[in-house]
Amino acid sequence: MGFSLLRPRRALFAGAAAAALLVGGGTWTAVAGHGPASVQRTDQVLALPEAPGSAATVKIDTSYFTSGSSDVRRPAVLLAHGFGGSKNDLTGEAQTLAREGYAVMTWSARGFGASGGDIGLNDPKAEVADVSGLIDWLAERPEVQLDAPGDPRVGVAGASYGGAVALLAAGYDKRVDAIAPEITYWNLSDALFPDGVFKKLWAGIFFTTGSTDQSAASSTSQSGPRITATDDATCGRFAPDLCAMYQRVAVSGKPDAAAEQLLAQRSPSAAATRIKVPTLLVQGQTDSLFPLDQADRAAAAIRANGAPVAVDWIAGGHDGGDMESSRIEQRTSAWFDRYLKRDTAADTGPAFRVSRSGGVDSTSGTVTLQGASADAYPGLEDSPEAVSLSGPPQTFANPPGGAPPAVSVVPGIGGLGQLSSLGVGLSVDFPGQSAEFSSQPLTRSLRITGSPTVRIHVRADSDDAVLFAKLYDVAPGTGGARVLPSQLVTPLRVTGARAGADVLVRLPAVDHQVAAGHRLELVLSSTDLAYASPAAPASYTVSLAGNDLSVPTDPVLSTAAAPLPWWVWALPLLALAIAAALLLTGRRRHWSGRPAADPELVLVPLRIQGLTKRYAGSADRYAVRDLSFQVEPGQVLGLLGPNGAGKTTTLRMLMGLIRPDEGEIRVFGQSVRPGAPVLSRVGAFVEGPGFLPHLSGLSNLELYWRATGRPDEEARLDEALAIAGLGDAVERAVRTYSQGMRQRLAIAQAMLGLPDLLILDEPLNGLDPPQIREMREVITGYAAGGRTVIVSSHLLAEVEQTCTHLVVMDHGQLAQAGPVADIVGSEDAVLVGTVLPLDADQLGKVAALPGVASAEQVADGLLVRLAGASAADLTADLVRLEIPVQSLGPHRRLEDAFLTLIGGAAR
Amino acid sequence: MSTLTDTPSDLPAETAHDPAGSRRAARRTLPLRVEAVRQLRRRRTAAMGALVVLLPLIILIAFQVGGSPGGGRNQDALLTVATASGPNFAATCLFLSSGFFLVVPVALFFGDTVASEAGWSSLRYLLAAPVPRTRLLVSKLTVALGFSTVATVLVPLVALAAGTAAYGWGPLQLPTGGALPTGTAVVRLLTALGFILLSQLVTAALAFWLSTVTDAPLGAVGGALGLTILGNILGAITALGGVRDFLPTYWAYSWVDLLQTDPQWNGMAKGVSVSVSYALVLFALAFRHFRAKDVVS
Repeated sequence: MGFSLLRPRRALFAGAAAAALLVGGGTWTAVAGHGPASVQRTDQVLALPEAPGSAATVKIDTSYFTSGSSDVRRPAVLLAHGFGGSKNDLTGEAQTLAREGYAVMTWSARGFGASGGDIGLNDPKAEVADVSGLIDWLAERPEVQLDAPGDPRVGVAGASYGGAVALLAAGYDKRVDAIAPEITYWNLSDALFPDGVFKKLWAGIFFTTGSTDQSAASSTSQSGPRITATDDATCGRFAPDLCAMYQRVAVSGKPDAAAEQLLAQRSPSAAATRIKVPTLLVQGQTDSLFPLDQADRAAAAIRANGAPVAVDWIAGGHDGGDMESSRIEQRTSAWFDRYLKRDTAADTGPAFRVSRSGGVDSTSGTVTLQGASADAYPGLEDSPEAVSLSGPPQTFANPPGGAPPAVSVVPGIGGLGQLSSLGVGLSVDFPGQSAEFSSQPLTRSLRITGSPTVRIHVRADSDDAVLFAKLYDVAPGTGGARVLPSQLVTPLRVTGARAGADVLVRLPAVDHQVAAGHRLELVLSSTDLAYASPAAPASYTVSLAGNDLSVPTDPVLSTAAAPLPWWVWALPLLALAIAAALLLTGRRRHWSGRPAADPELVLVPLRIQGLTKRYAGSADRYAVRDLSFQVEPGQVLGLLGPNGAGKTTTLRMLMGLIRPDEGEIRVFGQSVRPGAPVLSRVGAFVEGPGFLPHLSGLSNLELYWRATGRPDEEARLDEALAIAGLGDAVERAVRTYSQGMRQRLAIAQAMLGLPDLLILDEPLNGLDPPQIREMREVITGYAAGGRTVIVSSHLLAEVEQTCTHLVVMDHGQLAQAGPVADIVGSEDAVLVGTVLPLDADQLGKVAALPGVASAEQVADGLLVRLAGASAADLTADLVRLEIPVQSLGPHRRLEDAFLTLIGGAAR
Repeated sequence: MSTLTDTPSDLPAETAHDPAGSRRAARRTLPLRVEAVRQLRRRRTAAMGALVVLLPLIILIAFQVGGSPGGGRNQDALLTVATASGPNFAATCLFLSSGFFLVVPVALFFGDTVASEAGWSSLRYLLAAPVPRTRLLVSKLTVALGFSTVATVLVPLVALAAGTAAYGWGPLQLPTGGALPTGTAVVRLLTALGFILLSQLVTAALAFWLSTVTDAPLGAVGGALGLTILGNILGAITALGGVRDFLPTYWAYSWVDLLQTDPQWNGMAKGVSVSVSYALVLFALAFRHFRAKDVVS
């Protein structure tokens, strides 16, 4: 999060950095944190000298964080907050560092938070001296590691205003051992008055932040000094000399020498030769307040002193964008591990690292960052490539009052500057107020890393000319997007312009990819919204002094792809393992394995042995139980049984559709299992037809046959169609068929290829009497050819007329099997025709006769089962019992045999 | 055991033509071509085909009647350049349809394929034909994949043709500014299509698995669509944070990352990873379930 002009002005100078450091927050208890290790926190207001050697004191509000045993001496870290913030912004980071084994101190700088005193903009005699006071305090702590008596091992880190105090502390106090300043200034005068041009928007924000009471807005829990009576509305908590300076410059719109000198004296650059400690410089690419060249100069100076320096260009900055706070916190921590704990194994990272946009992740809506790194920091003008610019000398106006201004950067507008790397341009130039010099389209892409430079000649009708130089990346085509990298401009003040002057323009330092085919365009304008330009109207004439734009590159920088989370690779592998496990386990034993064919049975169409199937989820309820029978070639086998006898279940097992729990089915010697090739010798019609309703009858049969994968000529389609007898209807969609038509088509499908074993389940259902007779002939004729047919039916009369053999099932078990004649004649039953039905008394007498098993009144007469007696004996006995016998004959009907076999249990 | 030994002794010679058993020359059962014809002639296939062809035309008419689309936020920004060129219109149609519309044919083709056979009772005849169960699933899966691919490809293809006719052939204007040359644009759109197909595998696999479990085609199709809806709802709950990364639908739009100067691959890599992972497990479940299933329909 950056800050916005549209939001309340809080924590301004700290900007995005402070916001980043707020992560984690803090609690106001003695023991804070709920992580792996608890953190001891001590809040204390220290009274430090107002100036070195003075008796007056100023109250500095501090917090001190440690973790773990106090017996172990450890290095200390001072964390400084940003402008407009307070020590509370740093609680989270302080706790993290404390857990990592540091003694951490945070404090509110003079003029901020609950601390007293005036804002002196890191005055070496005030704020910087305070840091020395804090180091004195740290040197007394028993758990802080000492390099020498009174000299603790200490590092200083901070962002923006706090980063500057880190640099300054290293310059003014030799006890500081390492620093990690972020997005800060090297020379505040250069930052606010670049080339003598007043950066009015940023400076205004800067000073109004300090002159309004931030603590009231940002803190409710503090009870430190409030605004004193000496504060006034315009100066707030600023020291009077700074306040006066700002008011002077803001009114004139032009810095004077005194102002420049005042700011320069208080800048780290004033102590340049004395900063000799390892320094991690983090600077923002979208930062028009403290641009990359501030860190560049810091790096050059500190390296010249012989200290290790690493430079890290983050994506964000004071203008907004991604502050990469977690990465920077980790890097800072590693830096201190290396140079405070002296842990040589700690990875301090590359000497130069640049965060580059890898494009937008539209799912999360964030810009993906990739890091490019190199082993050395090359400065801002490394490996220059020349790009030719052309354009005639151009004259343009400085509008009176400097309005309307061109727009480049608007402080705090958010991460818009970062969009420039995505090809979005937001800049506005007004016609007649600028000169343009363009290159030819680039033949190859060019990555600018650093400050491009160009020499121009400026002539004006005033002595003092203020120009703003910017380098656009212009896409091809009319109306091609014009992108101003990072929205940065370079202001320049040309004195003595009336006579004409050659000026070397250092364009803003950026890291930006210019695609092949794009042009570079140098624009010099007379106004810019963010800067103060002369109010007096003027006319400027600008021409190129030398045609080459020198574009720095850093070819050594190598980009690492944005890292993918580990699970992107791991997840599919894990899924693959799970899938393999799912497929390799859970094979049902009964269906796996391939029992060898039984050579003795190759001619036996069907043999069922011990077949058992339980109902789903039941251990002792059987659909089929221990069923065994065998069918020989040429037989027409009738499968009989009441509903629920297990006929259909048996047939489904025979087709490999359901799995037997026990037992075995062999067709022509081959064991049946799902998809067993031997099933191609079986044709089946079970439990009704199954067709694709949108296809015609003919297509259904053709496609069904092709699905079997066998040659078309084996299908015997014509014979099957003749059996179906559908006529022209065979071309119609099956959904238009009647039940009987579907039935016949299904039987025809079962007969496709003239299978050796044909299974027909209730084949005569839904057929009219002529069709029934026809079908009976078909079945009989089919078996007469030596093939085998199994018919399951409830139409007992038909079975009797059609079948040669019978298997009767009841309750899932075999009741009887054998030739029809045997079953029908298997029991001595006699049907006695009587004139009148017998009464119970007479029935009892008949049943009691010797040699009679039972007597029963049925619809046609008296059914008597004999047990030893002959029909002649029975007749004599009936006559003796005075029962009028009309007729007497053997009971031959299958239905009765069937009922007899299954007893009364089926009813 | 009873044996029906009373066999007619005068066996006609015809029966003995294949004494060794089942060694008939069976080629591959349920060939892809046969399964494709079986599915292709269905009304729902034709209706779905008509729908994917009509959608770009309906969008085109909407733009013609309603004028060029206005500005929007974030992803909708693609709409603002919808009428810039043929490739732009194709990208827009893909954007409008990839979230839900294109999921429908995929869920339909995969969810309906086995369940409808069970519903028609034709499944048992195929299995007894015999078509081995794994072979049946492989055939059906392949054909459903083919149909889904065609449906998914048709939308941008028709859109590209219609858009080019209406707005001309030109570079793909990016919503963020700039443009992709036509060659690059076509490659990017093809890549996007590939990603969309891969990201729909999870829907496909869920529908396919459900199809083997239920006999009701609507149940399988509806279940898979329900997942998309649920995924979209959960994906909108930002409080879920990183958990959403593993929602099967969360990365559905990450192909939009291709529509910028520097394409961004991370989102798509995550999306493919999540989708393929779910799909592998669900397809395995489908095969595991179906091969051991008692077919009672």
